[in-house]
Amino acid sequence: MSKRKFVYFGKYVFLILVAIISIFPMYWMIVSGTNKSVDVIAGKILPGNYLMENLKSLLDTTVLSQAMWNSIRNAVVSMVLNVFVCSLAGYGFEKFHDKYKDKIMSILLLSMMVPTAATVIPLFRMFGKMGLLNTTVGCILPTVSTAFMIFMFRQAAKSFPDEIIEAARIDGVGEWGIYFKMFLPIMKSTYAAAAIVSFMNAWNSYMWPLIVLQNENSKTMPILVSGLTARYTIDYGSMMLAVTISTIPMLIIFFVLQKNFVEGITGSVKS
Amino acid sequence: MKTKKRKIMGWTFVIPASIMIVIFNFVPMIQSFILSLKRGSGTNMIFTGFSNYKRMFQDKIFKMTLSNTFIYLILEVAIMLVMAMFLASLLNDKRLKGKWFFRLAIFLPCTTSLVSYSIIFRSLFSVDGFINTILTNLHLIASPINWLGNTWTARIVIVLALLWRWTGYNMIFFLAALQNIDSSIYEAAVVDGANAFQKFTKITIPMLRPTILLTAIMSTNGTLQLFDESMNITNGGPANTSMTISHYIYNLSFAGNPNFGYASAISYVVFILVAILAFIQMKVGDEK
Repeated sequence: MSKRKFVYFGKYVFLILVAIISIFPMYWMIVSGTNKSVDVIAGKILPGNYLMENLKSLLDTTVLSQAMWNSIRNAVVSMVLNVFVCSLAGYGFEKFHDKYKDKIMSILLLSMMVPTAATVIPLFRMFGKMGLLNTTVGCILPTVSTAFMIFMFRQAAKSFPDEIIEAARIDGVGEWGIYFKMFLPIMKSTYAAAAIVSFMNAWNSYMWPLIVLQNENSKTMPILVSGLTARYTIDYGSMMLAVTISTIPMLIIFFVLQKNFVEGITGSVKS
Repeated sequence: MKTKKRKIMGWTFVIPASIMIVIFNFVPMIQSFILSLKRGSGTNMIFTGFSNYKRMFQDKIFKMTLSNTFIYLILEVAIMLVMAMFLASLLNDKRLKGKWFFRLAIFLPCTTSLVSYSIIFRSLFSVDGFINTILTNLHLIASPINWLGNTWTARIVIVLALLWRWTGYNMIFFLAALQNIDSSIYEAAVVDGANAFQKFTKITIPMLRPTILLTAIMSTNGTLQLFDESMNITNGGPANTSMTISHYIYNLSFAGNPNFGYASAISYVVFILVAILAFIQMKVGDEK
């Protein structure tokens, strides 16, 4: 019995240590945003009262509010289109499947192996010719349809009963009606999970926006934050505040929709 | 009449998404291959055959970034998956109190964007950063260590950052899989006199095989394409010794004089590596 207690004690010590290591960098990020740069360097890890000054310095020297707006707008538009286009396809590939569609689906899945670095150069040239550089459309377009998301919805659509579709057809409901009035509401937890994954990907995306958005006013948060490290003297206080601000939306989504969040990450790739 | 209409609807649903994947993934992939056979810039590009591919063998920076990427791959994926599995099996214990807190805490790093956490780690490990301040104050080191200015410490900081960001993410997959294992299997093993270690190696690991395969493929794919961290934690330095392949491709095409042809050739190498490793992992995962 005492041996078991000893093992449990060890487990707790280990887990608490891991929890501290996991939380500390984020705690440090938040706290440093409220401190003067010199205090951050001196190793201060308690909240300070320099938050407003840091915020003012960010607003004065960067396009913070513009970047925040760009990020939110791009991520929301991208999420809505991504979830809509891919859920439609996932539903179609599952409920209207024939040998051609099955073949197309397996070809589309191959695109998951295509590395971003291999497509950005031709895409950059293509978008340059089409005049889409520095535009929201240019930033979002390549992420609207993803094989991963189509696959996720196709797997989810398997659990949607064919009887509902048949019954609706007999009642004279059109195919769009079935999709919008039955599939969408019944599968809403899949949609929630997919929306979170999609928003998170769009919010965090860095390489493509960095290439396509070269104009100061079209910058998104990751690009703005990344640019702060290139300064001659780094102001740790305001830099950490910027990092914190760019993390807040994800933290809110995580705490409010925790269950869907985890479901979105694991559920999307099950089976 | 009705079935024909239904058929058209089916295609209407799948065609927009399919066409977009073709335009934004497959077409660039082909264009990228054509580019990789060319030299020059802008509209004056001429075919040079496979010279871009030959050039890689002479390119010290390419070799460096390739080996760096593999160093990150081997260190990170191996340590992370073991850690994730271990943490998941600790947290799968029904008698453990405060599980929800540990799960939450370990998963929390996943809410940071790749750029954000890169900058947090860059700041923590900078010469005047928190880690050096603490170590100096505790008298563990006499003078600050230039973590990001030395080859191996810079690489290790990148690996530590990756572990911090992704262990919790992978742990979630293992936890979900562990919850699906029937507890009666473990009870039977206890009756047969199995100890904790045997239970872990003889039951848990075999049952987790599909999840191990999945997380291994995902993290291999991710690590081979590592970009944000290399760019934001070390900026590839010192002297390119911590740079990843994707970062090098970016530098070749978008920083300084663009060399799209050569960059495309290298991007094809990344593609082939991703494909080969995914294939090997699937073969290994299937056979056993």
